[in-house]
Amino acid sequence: MSGVGQETIEEPGLEIDGHGDVLRLVARGSWLIETASRLEDIVARVQPMAQNRAEIDLCQVAALDTVGAWLVHRLQLQLDAVQVKTVFRFGNDKQKRIVEHICKSDAYCDVEPPRESALLKLVEDVGIATVTIIVNFGALLSFLGNVFGRLSRSILDPRRIRLTPLVYQMEVVGLRSMPIVGLISFLIGAVIVNQGAVQLRQFGAEILVADLVSIGVLRELGVLLTSVIVAGRSGSAFAAQIGSMVMREEVDAMKALGINPIDVLVLPRIVALALVLPLLTFFSDVMGLIGGALMAWFTLDITPSQFLNRMSDLSLLNELYIGLIKSFFFAGVISVSGCFQGLSVHGTAESLGRNTTAAVVESIFLVIVLDAFFAMFFTTIGW
Amino acid sequence: MVQDMIIKDQAEKAQDHADDCVVKVRGLHNQFGSLVVHHDLDLDVRRGDILGVVGGSGTGKSVLLQSIIGLHKPNAGKIEVAGRDQALLSDEDKKAARREWGVLFQEGALFSSLTVAQNVQVPLREYFDLSPRLMNEIAAYKIAMVGLPAHAGPKYPSELSGGMKRRAGLARALALDPDLVFLDEPTAGLDPIGAAAFDQMILELRDTLGLTVFLITHDMDTLFTSCDRIAVLAERKVIITGTIEELLAFDHPWVREYFHGPRSRAAQKARRRVE
Repeated sequence: MSGVGQETIEEPGLEIDGHGDVLRLVARGSWLIETASRLEDIVARVQPMAQNRAEIDLCQVAALDTVGAWLVHRLQLQLDAVQVKTVFRFGNDKQKRIVEHICKSDAYCDVEPPRESALLKLVEDVGIATVTIIVNFGALLSFLGNVFGRLSRSILDPRRIRLTPLVYQMEVVGLRSMPIVGLISFLIGAVIVNQGAVQLRQFGAEILVADLVSIGVLRELGVLLTSVIVAGRSGSAFAAQIGSMVMREEVDAMKALGINPIDVLVLPRIVALALVLPLLTFFSDVMGLIGGALMAWFTLDITPSQFLNRMSDLSLLNELYIGLIKSFFFAGVISVSGCFQGLSVHGTAESLGRNTTAAVVESIFLVIVLDAFFAMFFTTIGW
Repeated sequence: MVQDMIIKDQAEKAQDHADDCVVKVRGLHNQFGSLVVHHDLDLDVRRGDILGVVGGSGTGKSVLLQSIIGLHKPNAGKIEVAGRDQALLSDEDKKAARREWGVLFQEGALFSSLTVAQNVQVPLREYFDLSPRLMNEIAAYKIAMVGLPAHAGPKYPSELSGGMKRRAGLARALALDPDLVFLDEPTAGLDPIGAAAFDQMILELRDTLGLTVFLITHDMDTLFTSCDRIAVLAERKVIITGTIEELLAFDHPWVREYFHGPRSRAAQKARRRVE
């Protein structure tokens, strides 16, 4: 067998000679993986005859690889099953070595792990999911407790705050996401005016687009857009950065050196986001209003001064506060779930990917749920 | 073309047996930016040999391996595997040529979403249309051949120890009965017992299946017990290829330090005791 690709493949065959008192099976041609399908048929067709002894002769075989040898072995097993004793005749040492090695390596093994019944699997999945939720909730609580503990310690003793990572995170999370936040807010503000005008024109109340866009953006859209963008941009980055550090045992190394990873990895990110997200939200509000005002100017001939006048008639300060208060909480949700997911990474690259995705999905989900609660709350207290 | 190759093959054999090289590298040049890894590198791997490749860190052992198996396109040079210039192959021929060698990557590089047995079946599925029964039987005997217990078959790679992963990776590399196998530090990170068992298995498989083995290693015991010849990478080329005795006599600072260092002496002593 020198160079599978360099051999001409000969048609395989098996001659059966049942005349003597020993059943003679003479193999011919190439017994290779290329001819395996034909060989399987040939081997399956062999019928035992009167003799209770057989000889498998491989002297005429042009080429033999391990698959061919396996099929020779299968033939032997087949004859064994009907009480026919087989001996081999080998053409050369190499054949002998391969066939003997294959016979020695005959061991059945499953290809897939055993499958459980669907019902059992369902019960198991539900059980695992329940336990996972409870365990995760517990882990999250203990993480939160840990974070608050370290945070209050840092606040009481500000020298403990690590300024360099804090400033770095503020730059990465805040400054560098300004272009995308600004652009998206600007466009959404413009779109609201554009679409709102179509409806309001029916009542001749086009000037009310100013109310629409300013209340909408300040109260809800500015903060929601910013939070979703930051969750996608920074929440995932938190999880991936911390997760890959866990994978490379950097976090363990920190612990071994007596450095608390919460102080170094988690707090700077949480504090940075809590400082930066309200600022980003304010920026997003301003850009949304500019977008709305410009759209009103170009398409509805409402000049910016008219637009501002209309806005100053409304008491918009409350709306602005509502947005900023919410942004502070959303910052907490995004950074905590990002860092928590990052620290929960276990070993494999697969879990890194899974946790990064979970961080984003979880934080966007929680931001929207929390927003719904805030909407009810602020309506109830009459803001 | 096949006929020509057979004729050429036979002619070469008749001409000089020592010239029967499965892998022939000539004038290989590899460069990353301004860093020259290989320059004018020649290497021969003889049929049926276990060739150990050694060299300090950063001498480009892995890059050499990647160049030969086509994962890295060399900047210059000619690489022949089984008499075919790898640079001149069409995509079709390249795929066919891939069948003739198996590669065991460091740590095994098993597909994590498949069980060990399914991993072994991947190349079978890719190249052949075999009956499910035969596929399962092939996976089973390959797994047994590399010394894995039958219960390893339905396990996922994450459930295996390092040594078992290597063996499973080797089973996958051997799935198509290649003549040539490339092993990238197969015993690195294994315990001495596991490493010695792996060395023995390589020797046994070479003898039964007639394999040619290209083996990157740092393991002194592997070099002394299993390698027929050793190629030393230094100064951007292969400075010598020879048997261990030839290398022990070779006068080059790095080679001397490597083969006359404390670890080497321990391995030599161990071998003498075995013999």
